[in-house]
Amino acid sequence: MKKQKDTLMVASLKDAVGGAVIALLMALVMVGMKVDVASGRGAELFIEDRWAAVAMAVAIVFVGRFVLNLFYWKKEDTEKPRLGSLLPSVSSFSGLGRFATPVLLALAVILPFLLMYWLGSRGSRQYIDLAILVLTYVMLGWGLNIVVGLAGLLDLGYVAFYAVGAYSYALLAHYFGFSFWLCLPLAGILAAFWGIILGFPVLRLRGDYLAIVTLAFGEIIRVVLLNWYEFTGGPDGLSGIPRPSFFGLEFTRGEGGFADFFGLKYSSIHRIIFLYYLILIMALVTNIVTNRLRRLPIGRAWEALREDEIACRSLGINTTNTKLTAFALGAMFGGFAGSFFATRQGFISPESFTFMESAVILAIVVLGGLGSQVGVVIASVVMIGGFEFFREFEEYRMLVFGLLMVVIMVWKPRGLISSRTPSIALSKNAKGISADLVQEGTG
Amino acid sequence: MSSAQPLLKVRGVETFYGKIQALKGIDMDIYEGEIVTIIGANGAGKSTLMMTVCGTPQARNGDVEYAGENITYKPTFEIMRTGIAQSPEGRRIFPRMTVLENLMMGAMVTDGSTYEEDLARVFKLFPRLKERQGQRGGTLSGGEQQMLAIARALMSRPRLLLLDEPSLGLAPIIVKQIFDAIKELNERDGLTVFLVEQNAYHALKLAHRGYVMVNGVITMSGTGSELLAREDVKAAYLEGGAH
Repeated sequence: MKKQKDTLMVASLKDAVGGAVIALLMALVMVGMKVDVASGRGAELFIEDRWAAVAMAVAIVFVGRFVLNLFYWKKEDTEKPRLGSLLPSVSSFSGLGRFATPVLLALAVILPFLLMYWLGSRGSRQYIDLAILVLTYVMLGWGLNIVVGLAGLLDLGYVAFYAVGAYSYALLAHYFGFSFWLCLPLAGILAAFWGIILGFPVLRLRGDYLAIVTLAFGEIIRVVLLNWYEFTGGPDGLSGIPRPSFFGLEFTRGEGGFADFFGLKYSSIHRIIFLYYLILIMALVTNIVTNRLRRLPIGRAWEALREDEIACRSLGINTTNTKLTAFALGAMFGGFAGSFFATRQGFISPESFTFMESAVILAIVVLGGLGSQVGVVIASVVMIGGFEFFREFEEYRMLVFGLLMVVIMVWKPRGLISSRTPSIALSKNAKGISADLVQEGTG
Repeated sequence: MSSAQPLLKVRGVETFYGKIQALKGIDMDIYEGEIVTIIGANGAGKSTLMMTVCGTPQARNGDVEYAGENITYKPTFEIMRTGIAQSPEGRRIFPRMTVLENLMMGAMVTDGSTYEEDLARVFKLFPRLKERQGQRGGTLSGGEQQMLAIARALMSRPRLLLLDEPSLGLAPIIVKQIFDAIKELNERDGLTVFLVEQNAYHALKLAHRGYVMVNGVITMSGTGSELLAREDVKAAYLEGGAH
């Protein structure tokens, strides 16, 4: 027994030294040397060395591997627990969906007042702003979920429709003086129209090829907005986009404003809270429409299309129309979200519609679990909320972001909420089997 | 049976995959109320013929007529709305959708007024599916998946049912169940069936008439029992008779 322990000790030590050497090699340049701009002596570059950090990184790897080897990996137990078992199990999460929805909804409705109560109108402003941002991404995630999650069409250029919505409103307001409430449906229609325009050429494509074409489409829209200086303002963007009114009441100080009408003391927070509820309602409408459509033939056709296009055609489903409606509807909600974005910011430029945005929205949908509505909410809160909360650790943000993605994909390869709820409930308690157990493509 | 107009009439059909010619001028008739089978080796073009009837791929030359209407160049989804239904090769059920949802997909082309009735009918034919209706398609056994694929096709109330290798990868006892069900559908409801099969013995026993296909050409035709009795068919496709 003692002998066995000794060999384990030696083996662990060897492995830990190996790990430490690799860590040293990697950290030497990447951590140990930092290029900086010298202040005071012009803009000269110089290399700052940080050997202490390197030593620390190496030490962490060494100790970490040693301990893991000794107590976890090389244990004599025949059954080695997987990484997955360290984290909450699948079953503990599956009940979450049903339970989480009403709780999250109630929380979302009372959130601004909770924040106001705790932090006052001045202190809560930044958090309500953050909540608005999160909700915008929830809405975008839900919109993209129609295309990617339900219809299974991988769209890497979703931000294009967001941009079309934002610019539709901004331009219509700029050139014709249209109000937000008039432009909102117009922006949605225009985005849906662009969705169909994108849809036509990509009808025959699937998977990787579709992804590349949609990616290009997203870039085309952005580049056009950037270069059509006379019309869109190019890189200068468009500013002075009018704010939305509350049934004709502007959020302004003085007579005839929102505060005056309701006999409240004027505060800039009113507008923020109004915007919060506006995006909340818009997001909920997206969700309700999606859930409703899932139970209708068209929604079921989307899901069937994701599973097997050939089978769909052999069942008499017009796959062309099915794909185009998915693109158009997804794009429409993107357009709505875009015009909301424009009215909230008051200023837009092509900067806001880079590929990174598409990637973040897609990450939200994938991490949340393709096709899951609650999953999108959780993923948006974690990702967008996390992004903002860790703003102080700017340097490490992408590191944490990447790590989070890897962990979630190892732990739950199908996203946080991966069990698909059937679109029809059975009266009796029929045995349901989680989608985790079903390999896609069998049968 | 050859008195009336055939329900499905195939004349001189030639189908290509790029430059490769898969069907070299096929003539075939299927009359109302018949079970007709095509047997042949792998790659003979049996499935291609069935898919050409469905419109993917479309025939380059020749005509496919269904109930007197030329459907050669109609898009697939329209052909599948005229009273033809198909259980495709490899079953192709929707694995993540429940059995009931799969069946609903089959009824997409109907107006929905007969849905309950059709559902009861397929559940009576395959009681196993009724037990499993809330279960996801991918969790079914191979035999149950095949039953589901046939049931899904039946949900559109077809006049002509196309079955592509329903016995593929199934145990003999399940094959028998499936073939019994096909027989029942044909005898009781008068459903016309076009069956593509590798399992020549079972297919020829079941079918009223059969065709033998070799390299994209039909080499023999006759009633099921005639073909079963022929020495050359036995030697090529049955290899030692019944099994």
